Amino acid sequence: MTAMALDFSKGIIEVTWHGRGGQGVVTSNQMLGKAALSEGNYIQAFPEFGPERTGAPVRAFLRISKKPIQLYSQVYQPDIVVCIDPTLLSVVNPSEGLKKDGTLVLNTTLTPAQIRSKYGLKSGKVVTVDASTIAMQILGRPFYNMPTLAAAVKATGAVKMETVVAEVLSRYPGKVGELNKKAMERAASEVNIE
Amino acid sequence: MSKKSSEIPMAGNILEPGNAREYKTGGWRAERPKHNPEDCLWIKNGTCALCCIFCPDNAIKLSEKDGKFLYAYDYDYCKGCGICANECPKSCITMEAE
Amino acid sequence: MAATVKMTKPKGSIEGLTGDAAIAYALKQCDIDVLSAYPITPQTIIVEDYQRFFAEGQVKTKVIPVESEHSAMSACIGASAAGARVATASASAGLALMWEVLYCASGMRQPIVLAVANRALSAPINIHNDWSDSYGARDSGFIQMYCQSCQEAYDTTIMSFRIAENHNVLLPAMVCIDGFILSHNVERVELLPDEVVRDFVGVRVPVQPLDTDKPITMGPLCLTDYYFEFKEQEDKAMREVFKVYKDVEAEFQKVTGRSYGMYETYKTKDADIIMLTHSSPAGTAKAVVDALREQGEKVGVLRMKLFRPFPAAELAKELSSAKAVAVFEKCLSFGAPTNPLALEVRTALYDLPKKPMVTDFVVGLGGRDVPPATIVEGYNKTKQYLEKGKAPLYETLGVRK
Repeated sequence: MTAMALDFSKGIIEVTWHGRGGQGVVTSNQMLGKAALSEGNYIQAFPEFGPERTGAPVRAFLRISKKPIQLYSQVYQPDIVVCIDPTLLSVVNPSEGLKKDGTLVLNTTLTPAQIRSKYGLKSGKVVTVDASTIAMQILGRPFYNMPTLAAAVKATGAVKMETVVAEVLSRYPGKVGELNKKAMERAASEVNIE
Repeated sequence: MSKKSSEIPMAGNILEPGNAREYKTGGWRAERPKHNPEDCLWIKNGTCALCCIFCPDNAIKLSEKDGKFLYAYDYDYCKGCGICANECPKSCITMEAE
Repeated sequence: MAATVKMTKPKGSIEGLTGDAAIAYALKQCDIDVLSAYPITPQTIIVEDYQRFFAEGQVKTKVIPVESEHSAMSACIGASAAGARVATASASAGLALMWEVLYCASGMRQPIVLAVANRALSAPINIHNDWSDSYGARDSGFIQMYCQSCQEAYDTTIMSFRIAENHNVLLPAMVCIDGFILSHNVERVELLPDEVVRDFVGVRVPVQPLDTDKPITMGPLCLTDYYFEFKEQEDKAMREVFKVYKDVEAEFQKVTGRSYGMYETYKTKDADIIMLTHSSPAGTAKAVVDALREQGEKVGVLRMKLFRPFPAAELAKELSSAKAVAVFEKCLSFGAPTNPLALEVRTALYDLPKKPMVTDFVVGLGGRDVPPATIVEGYNKTKQYLEKGKAPLYETLGVRK
């Protein structure tokens, strides 16, 4: 019996996040998870428990399911991969392990076509958004996570956009939340999906 | 002294304060103190009492009755340590073999 | 028994909580009088959250920050001896520093609840999960319960006070979760309303507490004449846990609809091979069983929950019909013939007329991920050993060698 041929995560949507320590990888992952939770799902949202130093590449994982989740390992074959930091694309291959019909969501100025040829992706969905520019223009600081999160939500429909926005507003009440909401709305409108 | 596990308080707790009284340590004594009242300041005028103060087992019983000062050892608990003999300023306590 | 995790009455709120946060919330609702702890990863959130509850005035607990885990458990014992409901939390090196005092807590029969976010022991220093820390303390006289999910961690924390404080038991209890894998994992947790928890746990009724009006001596010197008798008492108290555990859980199920059992069986009825483990690997093993069953493999999982006391008789019954039991455990017992969990399982099976083969796989030391592939590898090896009729006493899996 080879493990490769088996499906251990039936009925579970698995998400892997890539980013750098300090960019809000763990937070965005938890927010997406909590949004899914408030829509009546079971979730697991956990970081890759590495040295979470500012600037170090970090990952976080999310599982969403209609039923209680038993699987407790890291995510090896994600349905969705989200990469917050454009500079990571030369360090890690975010498409590694991605399911054939999976979705790759990147913060980049490259087009989906360019990404496809860079990683040799023939199937699935490639989603790009220039979250860096959006963040700098609206938030004035390099917080790319929320606009990238918005792109992921728009492209996958894993949860409703308004649920995620509500989650963000409840975590960051006041001006910070409103600005993030604005950045998310713009990201959703500027997203490229192919 | 040989109760079963079900017959003793939980966890070694001692529920009766001062129950050391039940354990008569006088049997440990190899030498017994002998009190000579002649020069004893307690007998003379009810002062000093160093022997009683220093006794680690509270085994020296000093009392007063009808204007007379009385002196006694409680041999149930006196271990014969000899501290009283050592402390007595008038050397009126001597240790003798049991 | 099979675990029932049915979310029914009464309506509490549903929250996304990490394992640590779930335990902290349970402690808050259990109305503990004293919490004394020293922070250590990955248990930190428990105490952090609790300190926040305290700072915000949500609890009336006396929170005692101390300078070491040795002092933390000592303070807990003192408070518990005075009749307080007491909790603390630790892991790894912190638990190791507590060691001496663990035995005092159990020997003095203080029903302290100790949450453990299982973490590997140094050296080399490592902050990630394995079970070396609490397995090492398995003989300390603490009840040990290992949880698979954040919901179970929450529920078990609440139940643990009732079990530990029962007058037939009066022993401290460890509620263990896998460090990071559960302690830092946000899951769906259905919280009970405060008053439901309050009614369930009640107020602790202490036995022989410290009381200035009725002074007693605790923890006196006890030598060859009586020490053994007190250990006999402790052993008897530990054996009482089986019944009390069942009673408390039955009551909890009535209130919440949820119960877990001393262990959980998953598709074991007709299983040729039963995989036996606990905590997070047990969840993964269940996912593996689902996939293997689709391929026609006769395999199931027995997930331990109660490790101390160890329900050997019941386990032997559950496992007796299997051809093999594949144990997966996150601990190496250096120099031992086999490792702690498998040692217990082999002992439990020894008196069976027809014994299943037992294989023992040490996995996931220092937080090394235990993916389904590792479980499948152990399963395949066990199948091969069954064909050969002979298996090694133990082996390591998922390590480069």
